[in-house]
Amino acid sequence: MSGNDAATLSVSKRYKKQSALGEIWHRLKRNKGAVMGLVIFFIFVIIALYSSFFVDYNTQVTAIDPSNAYKPPSSEHFFGTDNMGRDLFYRVLYGTRYSLVIGLFSVGFALVVGIILGSIAGFYGGRTEDIIMRASDILASIPGLLLGMCIVTVLGTNLFNLVFAVGVHSIPEFIRVTRGSVLLVRNQEFVESATAIGYGSLKTLFTQVVPNGLSPIIVTYTCRIGSAIIEAASLSFLGFGVPVPTPEWGALISDGRNYLRMAPFLTYFPGIFIMIAVLAFNILGDGLRDALDPKLKR
Amino acid sequence: MPENLYENLFEVKNLIKYFKTGKGIVHAVDGVSFTIKPGKTLGIVGESGCGKSTTGRCIIRLIEPTSGEIIYKGRDICKISKAEMTKARKEIQIIFQDPYSSLNPRKTVSQIISEPLLHNRIIDRGDKDKLESRILELMETVGLAERLFNSYPHELDGGRRQRIGIARAISMQPDFIVCDEPVSALDVSIQAQILNLLKRLQTELGLTFIFITHNLSVVNYFADDIAVMYLGQVVEKAPAEELFDNPLHPYTKALLSAILVPETGKKRNRVMLHGEPSSPIDPPAGCRFSKRCNFHVSALCVPRDPPLVEISQNHYVACHCIERQ
Amino acid sequence: MAEETTIDRVDDSEEFLLEVKNLTVHYVLETERVEAVNDISFSLKKGRTIGLVGETGAGKTTAALSILNLVPGPLGVIESGEIVLSGNNVLKLSPKQLEKIRGKDVSMIFQDPMTSLNPVMTVGDQIAESVKLHEKVNNAAAYRRAMEMLELVGIPGMRASEYPHQFSGGMKQRVVIAIALACNPKLLIADEPTTALDVTIQAQVLDMIGQLKEKFGTAIVMITHDLGVVAEICDEVAVMYAGKIVESGTLDDVFNHTTHPYTEGLFYSIPKINNKKASLVPIPGLMPDPTKLPKGCAFAPRCAYAFEECSADKLSLRKINQTHSVLCRAYDNPDFHLNLKEGHNNA
Repeated sequence: MSGNDAATLSVSKRYKKQSALGEIWHRLKRNKGAVMGLVIFFIFVIIALYSSFFVDYNTQVTAIDPSNAYKPPSSEHFFGTDNMGRDLFYRVLYGTRYSLVIGLFSVGFALVVGIILGSIAGFYGGRTEDIIMRASDILASIPGLLLGMCIVTVLGTNLFNLVFAVGVHSIPEFIRVTRGSVLLVRNQEFVESATAIGYGSLKTLFTQVVPNGLSPIIVTYTCRIGSAIIEAASLSFLGFGVPVPTPEWGALISDGRNYLRMAPFLTYFPGIFIMIAVLAFNILGDGLRDALDPKLKR
Repeated sequence: MPENLYENLFEVKNLIKYFKTGKGIVHAVDGVSFTIKPGKTLGIVGESGCGKSTTGRCIIRLIEPTSGEIIYKGRDICKISKAEMTKARKEIQIIFQDPYSSLNPRKTVSQIISEPLLHNRIIDRGDKDKLESRILELMETVGLAERLFNSYPHELDGGRRQRIGIARAISMQPDFIVCDEPVSALDVSIQAQILNLLKRLQTELGLTFIFITHNLSVVNYFADDIAVMYLGQVVEKAPAEELFDNPLHPYTKALLSAILVPETGKKRNRVMLHGEPSSPIDPPAGCRFSKRCNFHVSALCVPRDPPLVEISQNHYVACHCIERQ
Repeated sequence: MAEETTIDRVDDSEEFLLEVKNLTVHYVLETERVEAVNDISFSLKKGRTIGLVGETGAGKTTAALSILNLVPGPLGVIESGEIVLSGNNVLKLSPKQLEKIRGKDVSMIFQDPMTSLNPVMTVGDQIAESVKLHEKVNNAAAYRRAMEMLELVGIPGMRASEYPHQFSGGMKQRVVIAIALACNPKLLIADEPTTALDVTIQAQVLDMIGQLKEKFGTAIVMITHDLGVVAEICDEVAVMYAGKIVESGTLDDVFNHTTHPYTEGLFYSIPKINNKKASLVPIPGLMPDPTKLPKGCAFAPRCAYAFEECSADKLSLRKINQTHSVLCRAYDNPDFHLNLKEGHNNA
């Protein structure tokens, strides 16, 4: 019984058990759709990380060879070639990294800003909340595409600005979701208990409240990536995306649009990739929702 | 011990807490005064909405009181500096009612108990061994098995969770603990375990308690003095035995007679109250209990609030008609 | 095997209104089986009140739900047993017949009055609806009956046109009781009807239930964890622990001639109102996990009187007298008795 001798120094290790993350993984595993989404996501990550090893950017992705233009898909060019004779397969593969970076980082940026503002609004309430929420409402009322176009026009077209432009549009949603879940947690007694042991309000907010309201935020993050990819593709399609000849998927569709009649495959393949990516993130998000909150399913 | 220097550990004078709502001002606590001597237990009894929990939270400033003085060890803790308040926080603690929502579900038992130690630098974050042995010592004190060290609260039953809450509260060696209905969510057999634990801790650690509850048999078992609250005000205050033997306020009488005793053949004549408590929103002047009072609803009761008067040694009652009874 | 616990068999001429025989209800989950109710039997005569007492997880609510065949499926499975309600086996009735019985012959009130009322219907309409469902009356007559019922539970009939949120907690529970009694059922199942209420309101509501019981001759199954409520209103008591009835008998049997160690432990755990000095003797330990019940007596691990054979194999109900039975092996020894110190009940 006694716990004061040297033998107890490893008590925390002796009673090690499955962590909370392990439990979530265990539940996620049972959802086939989510696992498929996760697998596709990892495939995309691998493609994004390693495409530069087996595809050479200068000779295979951007090199122009007019004599080779408009070749339909074949064993030589899996997805055919575009108007400048570039292999579409390589371009789509290489483009994965752009779409992924835009998706993950733009929404990640929105997530960080959204959590900070949303949790402050939900926790402190009153005037602070009013100001943050009204500002967020105004931001949300501007059409996303228009907002993105304005930002890119002002800041110039490059990858970083595109990430920023797409991200800004997602901020209001994260503010709303974070505020909602903070409101749910805020009135529980363990929050009061933190004050009673001397925690300041910011420490309480970020060590006690926010970690308990994280589940819906993570789900929103995952689901939102899909729409961010579409939004970035739309901006690129309209010419506000990454500069040519960067093979971003939206830009590829935009390029192919002019040759829709003679070479429809130029738009099909990047389109299919966008679809798969968006679908993967959405079903992964749904699966995470169930895994993080097992009560919802019953 | 320094606290022996003070005759009263706590002295609460005319504590008021109003909440503004859309419908008007809720008079949650309306002029409550009492004192607590070191090492004693004050029981606060009342039905839901009488302001007993709000009073408990105001005393340790989890809720800022609207006005009133809360004198702890000779100083008004509403007026002391932030640094001094941080120090005082260590000495005054609280045990919550709901063992399900009062523990952070994402932390393990050991993390929950270690938080106050680390935050207040009682134990250095780097000193893992000392921290671990202190946690184990606390767990043993409250009767938690060592193997629960890394368990999460949701894996445990209500009684064990309440023990975690108690371990956390006593971890900083406080002088004073507010127990806000610590056993009302528990089953009878577990309730008795927790009550005995609290009683043992009181003697071993020399704690002073405020024990807030709606359960009169529990408060009788636990408290030295009892204050009965009704709609934000103390209506009667007396040593526990005196209150049970000789209740004077009509509400206290009704409350005591409403207790269901698990004994047969004891159909006492019950003082049945008609109606239910009126709203605490903008209450009219006068005795708040007069609308339900069985005794003397006279012109005397209505125009002004009855003062809390000492009828006999340490027995205070707030009723206009008390002499006439 | 447990024999049938027949309570109060003195007057054999009277028929039992409700007989529960060897009822076993389990919840079958993906990986485990929650043994909520295990082989319990009790019976109830017209106009009598039985208290099912026990702590959280003792299986008292599941037992009560079975009486109306309302155990939540598909997880909850009534494994075996018979429930005879005025001559019909409830478990064999068709859903149509069951619907007829519910509300008309048996009604139920729950702990939380907030969730049992429809927030968008006036209370008068809610009572009238339950009347119309079971009796051939027109709207006006049903509404008149609703107002009468409200008066009966101590609410002015004029308030029939108000909505539930306009009533306080105690008032809502009165409305729920009015709905339950609107069709004058023979049996009322009350699941912790006063637990959510304040002491003074609880006294009012119990007092009212007592009066209505006299007036209509309704039999009541009162589910509660509070021995005080039992003493107040019940004629008979069945103490449940881990899905079994461990002791049953008349109020006097169980309260003044306690035989089961668990019942004794419950009494010792309650602070005495008239004896401040009496120390609390808690029951050590916790209730066993209902998915892993021990083979023998489920209370043995916490029992001060337990000996080796207690955890051995199945035990059977032992009769102390006509009305009083106990599920405890210790009574195999004729000299065994509980050591009820100073007598928990020497009033």
